[in-house]
Amino acid sequence: MDGQPTGYMERTRHYYRALGYKSDYVWAIFPDVPFVRLKKPLSQARVGLVTTAGPPGDTNRDANGVRHVWSGAVSSPPERPTTDLAWDKESTHTDDRESYLPIAAVQTLVAEGVVGDIAARFYGVPTEYSQKKTIETDAPEVLARIREDGADAALLCAL
Amino acid sequence: MSLVARHLEANGVPTVVLGSALDIVEYCGVPRFLFSDFPLGNPCGHPWRPDMQRAIVEQGLRLLDSAPGPRTTVRAPFEWKDDPGWRARYNHIDPAEREALLARGEERRRQRAKPGTA
Repeated sequence: MDGQPTGYMERTRHYYRALGYKSDYVWAIFPDVPFVRLKKPLSQARVGLVTTAGPPGDTNRDANGVRHVWSGAVSSPPERPTTDLAWDKESTHTDDRESYLPIAAVQTLVAEGVVGDIAARFYGVPTEYSQKKTIETDAPEVLARIREDGADAALLCAL
Repeated sequence: MSLVARHLEANGVPTVVLGSALDIVEYCGVPRFLFSDFPLGNPCGHPWRPDMQRAIVEQGLRLLDSAPGPRTTVRAPFEWKDDPGWRARYNHIDPAEREALLARGEERRRQRAKPGTA
């Protein structure tokens, strides 16, 4: 252990103030957190992968520039998804897709019998300033796709 | 991502989040969180370390079974590389660059103000 976890909220507030933004970003906060139990053993469960990466070429943008939920087949994922987000570009890189979209790792765990199955598609969710868009549009779309693919649980990997 | 986890869970799909922004995820509140104390960008393990990625993903997935209730946070047993400066670098504000930062912010606001951009 080489220190306390980085305080990203404070760091981000200072950074955006330095950029000249007058109002601080207001992060989402809720009094309650939902919780459901897995209905079958993990060794029989199908897991869906969710990522914050985008498709190569930002092809999930519509004519108005709005980004939408996208999917790819776990059997043929893009080699280099778009990772144009606020990750730490000075200290690391996203050249290894498995470091943020762990398809091979889950497939290994399926082969070993730890996990039942991996959903045929993974799901990409845009990172938005608007929490309303995420809550009312994108999250329901991810849910619909997970249900279509028969996934029992979701592994969400946040860049 | 935390908002998506909450929505899935509220609709009957158990979730686990892998990530490195501990304060942001816990402020929002998610059902299960496997925290890796890494720079943002590699929530599933160091790049090109499939052994570590497998271990982190397995630890996360096992939380689907083992978490006793909501707001379960577990810390993955791996450190970042031999690079003690990483914490200080992220979004570091160099006093000598304040003017350049302000100019960058102005440019961003101009871009966002254009119709058809988001």
